[in-house]
Amino acid sequence: MIKTIVKKGAYFDSVTLMNLAKDLRKIQGVDDAAVVMATPENKSILKSSGLYDAETLAAASDNDLVIALKTKTNSGAETAAKKAEELLKPKSSSHDMGVFKSGQAGHSIRAFDSLEAALNAFQGANIALISVAGKYAGALALKCLYNNLNLMIFSDNVPLETEIQLKKTALKKGILAMGPDCGTAIINGTPLGFANSVRRGGIGIAAASGTGLQEVSCLLNNMGFGISQAIGTGSRDVKKEVGAVTMIQGLKALANDPDTLVIVIISKPPHPDVLKKIAGEIKKIKKPVVSVFLGGELKIPDKKNFYNVPTLEKAAMNAAVLCDAEKASAAKQNLYNAVSGIEKIAQKALENKTAKQKFIRGLFSGGTFASETQIILKDFISPVWSNAPIVDKWKLKNPLNLKGHSVVDLGADEFTQGRPHPMIDYSLRNSLIISESKKKEVSVILLDVVLGYGANMNPLDDILPAIKTAFKNNPGLSIITSVTGTETDPQVCSKVVQGLEKTGVIVMPSNAAACRLAGTIARGRRIISARDYEIILRGIKSH
Amino acid sequence: MKLFSEELKVINIGLESFRETLKKNDVKSAHVKFRPPLHVKPQFLLKIREMVSKTEKANKKALDIIMKARPVLTDMDKAINVIPGMKKNLILHAGPPVVWDKMCGPMRGAVIGALILEGFARNEKEASGLACSGKIEFAPCHEHNAVGPMAGIISASMPVFIVKNETSGNFVYATQNEGLGKVLRYGAFSGEVIERLKWMENVLYPVLRKAIEFSGGIDLKSIIAQALHMGDEVHNRNRAATSLFYRAVAPAIVRTAQDSGTAASVLEFINKNDHFFLNLSMALSKASLEPVGNIKNSSIVTVMARNGTEFGIKVSGTGSKWFTGPAPVPDALFFAGFSKEDANPDIGDSAITETNGLGGFAIASSPAIVQFVGGKASDALEYTLKMYEITAGENNAYQIPSLDFRGVPAGIDLIKVVEKGILPFIDTGVAHKKPGIGQVGAGVVSAPSEPFVKAFESLVKILC
Repeated sequence: MIKTIVKKGAYFDSVTLMNLAKDLRKIQGVDDAAVVMATPENKSILKSSGLYDAETLAAASDNDLVIALKTKTNSGAETAAKKAEELLKPKSSSHDMGVFKSGQAGHSIRAFDSLEAALNAFQGANIALISVAGKYAGALALKCLYNNLNLMIFSDNVPLETEIQLKKTALKKGILAMGPDCGTAIINGTPLGFANSVRRGGIGIAAASGTGLQEVSCLLNNMGFGISQAIGTGSRDVKKEVGAVTMIQGLKALANDPDTLVIVIISKPPHPDVLKKIAGEIKKIKKPVVSVFLGGELKIPDKKNFYNVPTLEKAAMNAAVLCDAEKASAAKQNLYNAVSGIEKIAQKALENKTAKQKFIRGLFSGGTFASETQIILKDFISPVWSNAPIVDKWKLKNPLNLKGHSVVDLGADEFTQGRPHPMIDYSLRNSLIISESKKKEVSVILLDVVLGYGANMNPLDDILPAIKTAFKNNPGLSIITSVTGTETDPQVCSKVVQGLEKTGVIVMPSNAAACRLAGTIARGRRIISARDYEIILRGIKSH
Repeated sequence: MKLFSEELKVINIGLESFRETLKKNDVKSAHVKFRPPLHVKPQFLLKIREMVSKTEKANKKALDIIMKARPVLTDMDKAINVIPGMKKNLILHAGPPVVWDKMCGPMRGAVIGALILEGFARNEKEASGLACSGKIEFAPCHEHNAVGPMAGIISASMPVFIVKNETSGNFVYATQNEGLGKVLRYGAFSGEVIERLKWMENVLYPVLRKAIEFSGGIDLKSIIAQALHMGDEVHNRNRAATSLFYRAVAPAIVRTAQDSGTAASVLEFINKNDHFFLNLSMALSKASLEPVGNIKNSSIVTVMARNGTEFGIKVSGTGSKWFTGPAPVPDALFFAGFSKEDANPDIGDSAITETNGLGGFAIASSPAIVQFVGGKASDALEYTLKMYEITAGENNAYQIPSLDFRGVPAGIDLIKVVEKGILPFIDTGVAHKKPGIGQVGAGVVSAPSEPFVKAFESLVKILC
């Protein structure tokens, strides 16, 4: 039976509601549950999941909350409904008398009812972090700009023309509009959105890729380097229509920033016109610049001190050398040692495999990792199928039906409708780890584990059960991953690495290194050839 | 980039977990609880952003006029003699326009009572027949410079208070409050109801009229300012204001009444009715808002009123046009023996008090009635604080002690209502949905969104 409760005018953000639905599904007797705002989009999701009750929902609209429950019994429905009410109750109603009148805030407990109230009470506010549903983000961001607030817009699904309007307005006012769809930034040492705890230092980053920014900043941190500023532009900034407004603004800001010694640009391949614009800007910069356009390339012949590299790992390595060559040499040595270890690891892995075990299945929560993986694997094996392929003809028809060597971006839109991002909610990937492990042809499951603020806070608890099952299903299986994180991240990188290694997972120091190991195993030779070495070393050699 | 050399101070809007990160990193931040805007076209929200400098200027002017209002109770008379456009066969009612077929039970009951009172009918059947015959005309009080609580019925012979806004010179009219229980405004029309109305016409009215004349006018603004310091919000609680009014008129009544028995009966009537002042609080509010009824570019709401079927609003920048939507059923505490099943949808012109920054907007002033809003004094504070989000300013003539004497939130700004998705909060009485039964409870209600959405779209079209 379906039980539907509509609460008029009760708004909650989607993350809260998705977590709530997850809790409700755990209740015995509840087959399925959805807790959503009654927008037209959510109504169609309810329809497709068989939770739609036309009679109750006809009059419900955007500002109404819907709790839809599928249960076997009436009492199950009652229990779940009661639980939902309980979970929706505000946690505390503590008052901060200090904000009744305009004055100072900053650490106040009380949530403000509006931007105006917050501005009034919080003097000197200089940036707004916006993570509301995309359709509301535009008008809100515009209001922030009129109040001279810099912006980081985490929200996605903001209309492209709104993004253009916002960025033009910001540019005119000389303030920064990071996003929409900007997942990560580190400003003045403060991680914003999904970001890691990295030390401050001389390397500035401008990135149209959140995961790329996280990987490069973590690799640098773990080599002993630091970040001056890391500016996220939002994924669509390098589209033709937007014209890299924020990227160029960011490059100018980093070029003028006295604390920034080296600049790193990270992006998926921009539109050719936009790439030209970026090149033009790079030419003006006197500081060393490293760029990585995953799957794309940029040549600026007469530009000194400019390095275009293929992978995130190499971008980090180059930036480190440019920043402080002496300090970077130790890190380089470590990487060399790790590479020479690959042969042994690969050999050992191959000993346990059957003749049929040939293929890599990459299951990624970070879209940029899915790209980087394909770029690296193409030197070892081909074709590599994907839902986000670097070669169009290698597109997976059904992103959940994997074949041959496949790499899937689980953060793609088709997977995130109505569920949290795979960096937070591992459930979809866990079920894929288990189902892929049952396939006889699968040799390597390649993963990423992204730590930091905003990501899953208990990664081991959530992923290890699936990994244990996978090893049970397929004793010859290799599971390889990198862990994007730092020691000062809330999850503590080394703890996560140890936990994974104890369970039998091979943890490599970067996604690129993990890919090279996977590629070596997939080639299936018991002895690594001289060519393999060359390929591996090419990946880490600096200039 | 200036930002790089400043201390980062973040306003977080949306996911609360992002603020937790900031707190852990010792970064100063404020969290804004996001509420989606009302359901209007997104491009309208972007368009209006470009117009707000214009609307804010117009609203400032409107608010200034509202704050300078000085409503004084100057006189009384029969409705037919003073209300503009009043006729023998015209019945004024609460809320936006409504025809007999669409009238709710309590309003029909009150119309029936008025037709009996006027001598046009002897009983319910005759009155109903007459009401739908086309011989009787109906019009909103608000379209005749008048206001009426609940059904808000005013017929030709009823005596009305005359309130003059001394600053702008406009007049507003309101009937005398009948008290609680079985009363006309809740749709009761039995013999005792008509009898009381007759007494109010024949005894109460002449005595009060003489007393008001003798006292040289009663300053209503000053009474309300004091009442807010004494636990009233002058909509659901009028005990302090009624007492202050009593103090103002009692000596004059004693001096001017024909005999002490008459004086005593009038004073007893006022004394027994904690809501006697309500109609005056409404008239004051209407008198204050009337002068801003039509200011170019202003998004100030000038009327909120319900007829028991629909909830209607008017906005300064769109002038006399009504914007309506179905009236909601209030959340209420019910008298013994009644429940939400019995409740009629929201009714009455009394939401004019909220439109003027009183009532639900000033509920923080009225700890005695917080059981309507959750039972804690802090709940009442929350409601008032939220209303500051949707008003153009604060009316310092009316202050709230528990908020360090901050002025009440005044001048509802339609644009803020829509953008912030916060609807005006109204204190209200609840009528039984059947005619003739009367009041069944009291409570609170949020205005419905539909009238605000319609008004917003209309205003945007005018502005852009």
